Amino acid sequence: MDSLLREYLPILIFIGVAFGLSVVIVLASFILVRQRPDSEKLSPYECGFPPFSDARAKFDVRFYLVSLLFIIFDLEVAFLFPWAVALGKIGVFGFWSMMVFLGVLTVGFIYEWKTGALEWE
Amino acid sequence: MAELWRSYGLPTTITVAEIVAIIVPLLLAVAYLTYAERKVLAAAQLRKGPNVVGPFGLFQPLADGLKLLMKETVIPSGANRVVFIAAPIITFMLSLVAWAVIPFDAGVVLANINVGILYLFAISSLGVYGIIMAGWSSNSRYAFLGGLRSAAQMVSYEVSIGFVIVSVLLIVGSLNLSDIVEAQKTVWFALPLFPMFIVFFISGLAETNRSPFDLPEGESELVAGFFVEYSSMTFALFYLGEYANMILMSAMTSILFLGGWLAPFNIQPFTGVLAHLWAAAWFFAKMAFVLFCFLWMRATMPRFRYDQLMRLGWKVFLPLSLFWLAATAAFLVFTGKLGA
Amino acid sequence: MIVQALAFYAFAAVAIASGVMVISARNPVHSVLFLILAFFSAAGLFVLLGAEFLAMILVIVYVGAVAVLFLFVVMMLDINFVELRQGFLQYLPVGALVGLILLAELILMFGAWVVAPGAPQAAVAPTPSTLSNTAALGTLLYTHYVYAFQTAGAVLLVAMIGAIVLTHRTRPDSRRQRIARQVARRREDTLEIVKVRPGEGA
Repeated sequence: MDSLLREYLPILIFIGVAFGLSVVIVLASFILVRQRPDSEKLSPYECGFPPFSDARAKFDVRFYLVSLLFIIFDLEVAFLFPWAVALGKIGVFGFWSMMVFLGVLTVGFIYEWKTGALEWE
Repeated sequence: MAELWRSYGLPTTITVAEIVAIIVPLLLAVAYLTYAERKVLAAAQLRKGPNVVGPFGLFQPLADGLKLLMKETVIPSGANRVVFIAAPIITFMLSLVAWAVIPFDAGVVLANINVGILYLFAISSLGVYGIIMAGWSSNSRYAFLGGLRSAAQMVSYEVSIGFVIVSVLLIVGSLNLSDIVEAQKTVWFALPLFPMFIVFFISGLAETNRSPFDLPEGESELVAGFFVEYSSMTFALFYLGEYANMILMSAMTSILFLGGWLAPFNIQPFTGVLAHLWAAAWFFAKMAFVLFCFLWMRATMPRFRYDQLMRLGWKVFLPLSLFWLAATAAFLVFTGKLGA
Repeated sequence: MIVQALAFYAFAAVAIASGVMVISARNPVHSVLFLILAFFSAAGLFVLLGAEFLAMILVIVYVGAVAVLFLFVVMMLDINFVELRQGFLQYLPVGALVGLILLAELILMFGAWVVAPGAPQAAVAPTPSTLSNTAALGTLLYTHYVYAFQTAGAVLLVAMIGAIVLTHRTRPDSRRQRIARQVARRREDTLEIVKVRPGEGA
């Protein structure tokens, strides 16, 4: 338990060091270089004219669908990790248990495929 | 006071020194990866590549870095300032902190946690944030579209990466990265899991937004994708992060499939410190090979179209890796080859 | 040991503070970012408990997937939040009532809470050092808790179908690539070579 935590301490320190380093890098150019902003410089990149509207527009609902499906498959992967580690102990029953689980989700996957939810054009 | 130093100060100092010993060579490697990329592309196109700054152009990356440092940081007027600055910092941080668990030799690892591969998987699944945040906060159409595309792309290939990792874990029976390498003493997993190796490599290209999957930054349509509005060191952080992620992906490939630090045929001519160096050298050689393949792909392949990319991820890689995973598990269970 | 305690208080404080910020931040994107911070602190707390597998899964699933969806939704849906807030006072009584009912339920539930006999002893029993908690989970989840596991699979299936039914629209006007048709296309179907003699063409 204690030795487990000891392995995580370097990660915590690493996160701190990495954060410090990136902040220093960003600040370096602010400090070293004279900043002379003007309104043209700060305008969004466009082809010659100012943008007509706010850039954050609504977009295709398919991007939401992709992220929804991703959540589901990500959960599936999350269930697979302990299974892969423990398969030697749980043997044939564990194997079939997971195969049923994957089979159920494969049904969903086939449904996805057939309805064309995976289509892009 | 001395007691406090011995029990807390000294270990912390040692850890910080180790972290610096990882970060500094990593950043050097990133710098020279950009150089290598330009040289490889030049060679593929019968050009010379950078050859002016220093001998063989070797100081080119330093000159580039200095030039970026001397530029003004532009924060667009419509941008959300906090998120805009945070995005490159997060990208760069994530590409660094993943290295905490990478083993360079048996026992030579900063944090030998039990769930090392999960840690790497978690860090790589966070990579999306830098991109979405940059795309959204810039308040620019190009950046927004680039960020959106990039996020959907990374998310799509992450699933197959997960399945590939699980199929390796089936054989190893442990989530610890050192255990994964040790399990390849007899044969590197690239051979028995060859299709998974290929899926992992290609998904790695997509995950790091590398050519031929570099359409988030497809310069012919989106200028530079999610980081159009970035300049100076904020841009440099994205750039460094992207290349550090490539190196990380190559390290993951060599750990999972190419036997990490193991030399082929167990050749071990050295003892002591030299033995560690020998092992690490093999690890680096494998990483260099994978990185060369990344660059080679960029020189050879034309860019994918977005629908092709999504089809490849969801309709080819996902079923293929899932099927191969089930097949591997069935083989291991019914031939009684499970080690645990 | 003191580092452990410090880390616990730091993570707990960050978790609570970012939880407060989630509901009080003006910009909904900032709210989601604070939510992510809260998830991270929770992952840190899990690690402190020794539940490293859960910590990583929390980061992978909640931060890496669920929060991405949240971020997509609040960033891109372009909701006018000032307008949303206008009805705040109007809905306050109903909201307060729901909150009160929930609180009463929670109190009732925790009032009836009974610690299973033998649980405190089991909790202090040391984790066997030979078994990582991932493997421990794996040995139980797929055999002993197989019904719960299969139910989870069914729930995921329902979620998948629900997501498609709610969001998927087929667009009749879109032109997609039909690879089979491209491959099946023959030279004879599309190309005709006509010999035209000079002076005779119409």
